[in-house]
Amino acid sequence: MIKKLFNFKGGLRLTGHKAASTQHPVMPAKLPSIIILPLNQHIGVPAEPIVSVGQHVLKGQKIAKATDYVSAPIHASTSGYIRHIGPHAIPHPSGLQATCITLEPDGEDQWTDLQNHAHDYTNMDPSALRNLIRDAGIVGLGGAGFPSFIKLNPGPGRTIDTLILNGAECEPYITCDDMLMRERADEIVAGLMILRYALQASHCIIAIEDNKPQAISAVEQAINKLNVPDTQLAIVPTRYPAGGEKQLIYTITGKEVPKNGLPIHVGVVCQNVGTTAAIYRAINHGEPLVSRYMTIAGDIDKPCNLEVLLGTPVTELIEQCQGNIETLDRIIMGGPMMGFALPNLTSPVIKTTNCVTVANKNSDKFQHKKPMMPCIRCGSCADVCPVNLLPQQLYWHASAKELDKTQAFNLFDCIECGCCDYVCPSHIPLVQYYRYAKAEIWQREKETQKSNIARERFEFREKRLAREKAEREARLKKKKEAALKTAESPPQEDSKPTVDPKQAAILAALERTKTKQTTQKVQPKNIDNLTDEQKQMIAEIDARRTQQRQQSTVASKTASPPANTARRETHSE
Amino acid sequence: MIETIIILSLLAAGFGLLLGYAAVQFKVEGDPLVEQIDKLLPQTQCGQCSYPGCRPYATAIANGEADINQCPPGGETTIIALADLLNREIVPLNPENGTVKPKTVAIIDEQNCIGCTLCIQACPVDAILGAAKQMHTIIEAECTGCELCLAPCPVDCIEMITIKESLATWKWQEPKPFYKLHPQTVEPEAG
Repeated sequence: MIKKLFNFKGGLRLTGHKAASTQHPVMPAKLPSIIILPLNQHIGVPAEPIVSVGQHVLKGQKIAKATDYVSAPIHASTSGYIRHIGPHAIPHPSGLQATCITLEPDGEDQWTDLQNHAHDYTNMDPSALRNLIRDAGIVGLGGAGFPSFIKLNPGPGRTIDTLILNGAECEPYITCDDMLMRERADEIVAGLMILRYALQASHCIIAIEDNKPQAISAVEQAINKLNVPDTQLAIVPTRYPAGGEKQLIYTITGKEVPKNGLPIHVGVVCQNVGTTAAIYRAINHGEPLVSRYMTIAGDIDKPCNLEVLLGTPVTELIEQCQGNIETLDRIIMGGPMMGFALPNLTSPVIKTTNCVTVANKNSDKFQHKKPMMPCIRCGSCADVCPVNLLPQQLYWHASAKELDKTQAFNLFDCIECGCCDYVCPSHIPLVQYYRYAKAEIWQREKETQKSNIARERFEFREKRLAREKAEREARLKKKKEAALKTAESPPQEDSKPTVDPKQAAILAALERTKTKQTTQKVQPKNIDNLTDEQKQMIAEIDARRTQQRQQSTVASKTASPPANTARRETHSE
Repeated sequence: MIETIIILSLLAAGFGLLLGYAAVQFKVEGDPLVEQIDKLLPQTQCGQCSYPGCRPYATAIANGEADINQCPPGGETTIIALADLLNREIVPLNPENGTVKPKTVAIIDEQNCIGCTLCIQACPVDAILGAAKQMHTIIEAECTGCELCLAPCPVDCIEMITIKESLATWKWQEPKPFYKLHPQTVEPEAG
């Protein structure tokens, strides 16, 4: 057992409310009437369905495949028929719908053939082991849902000296990891050996909070029974958020994970105990991730832990624990500190759902949002911040939309644990402000990227248009020059092949019209059998015409009056 | 006396040469202010600001010919950013240039497209793919939603579609503060 521990700054001593849900052993939940499996139950790219509507599937059969490196496949939680593939409410704070596979259980709960998938990992290459874990659809069950196989890949040139199993379940009401350690300590320790083999870690630590004595003794027994070398138990003091990955690593090793860094950068890998047990089931029994332990707590008559099939609607679980759907005010997915109120009650349980906390109307356990008051600069938030941030400075800048300043105050190191929120005497929803600021910064970054692409494309187009115009002009100029040359040259040189036939034709046509103009004169028509009067008029008109021609050749102002008088004379006659 | 004058004039000549050399050697290409302004503009290239593109508008702002409130796609964010950069007052968007609209993307109804290539010529970012007498289509990822392709289309087969909120575009909203003011501060006339 590790004696020397380090204390992280800040944190809160919260009332656990954990006793109520740990009274009874974990029972399997009733087979649900419907199973809804969202395609994105993890961080990364959503999985892609490989089944069709109406198809019969067996429990554990893969129904959606991973589409990218950071992605995880999804398996049928029970045997039944695929009824629908399309949008459905998912457990997400936005309340938006996402693509889900809906499965109607046939009641048999029949497993697919698992025999071929069970392996003896000690003869396997670590990369093959990672592929098995990936194929089993295992993601971090502690809450983040990061695909586990990626965490087990330290990368070339990196050695892992410490593997930490996180059994410090620090948030109030949640007890599923506690129950798992009490009941399946052997599986957790066996899973630890698999992880250790995959990472080639030199030593392992299982961290459990000191408010879980039964779990501690169970795990201790399992370590002794399985005779695991270089594995120690660390009993960490109960203080929220002791189970935060970075806080736990600091408590045990005294090493701080660098900014923008990962635990792997300080030679540590941290896995949740639930994930470890799931990895054991996947490797030694070939079972993919289809169910998990989860806590149903809060304002219900029988708070308990259940082994729930993934995709079970939340309301069915609450009814099973004798909670009243009519009187409830909201369902919190997760614990009261970091959870979020479910916008839609038909949402299913997913891989990362560790707890459902029910809050009734007129609840004495859960406070309602109190009116927010101005910040009085008391500094309580800074005292409890486990990451050494200055929450009030972040709040000022976030509410003033000075996003670059929030980043200067290390906004992105905030783990959104909610300690500052909890102690604020002015009831300012601080974490909401930080989430807003983070989201805004990400969005602006995305927009900048998009506008950079647009600018590049616009500038490229301008260049292209300019080039095309220059080319067109050059072509025209060349043609003109060529035309001029041919126009000048034909009279001198008779060598026909050099003359362009088109040009020659044009020139010939020009020549014809020219000769026509010079040789042919207009022959007057209808001049036979004229009267004397008519002849006289014609003579006068001809005279005027010649006169005007002469005038136009002179083209002077003084020439115009005689023309006028001439016209007047003709009129008078 | 003479020595002082000689030393000082030598120094002056020396520094003059140094500055002259630096001016030639470290010359800044282009107008950095225009670059900075251009970076803050949304690059929709829509021309709603009455200039043919974002860069010309940036040049106009830098020369003092245009105000900072003529960009509807950028909206308030762009105005605040420009005001910050240029040390100017924040002014509301000029309604003559247009109003802030949700982000849209153009969609070609491919059934009705006659392949006239007019929209391709109008698109400022080459986001339309097609050839003469061939069906055209929009590269959605590259469409800036500038609406410049709508007018030239002779069969009106281009439509602007508002980008729907999805899990990828959803973000946390700003919490709305609700202060409860003391009654005396709310109604000062009564007291």
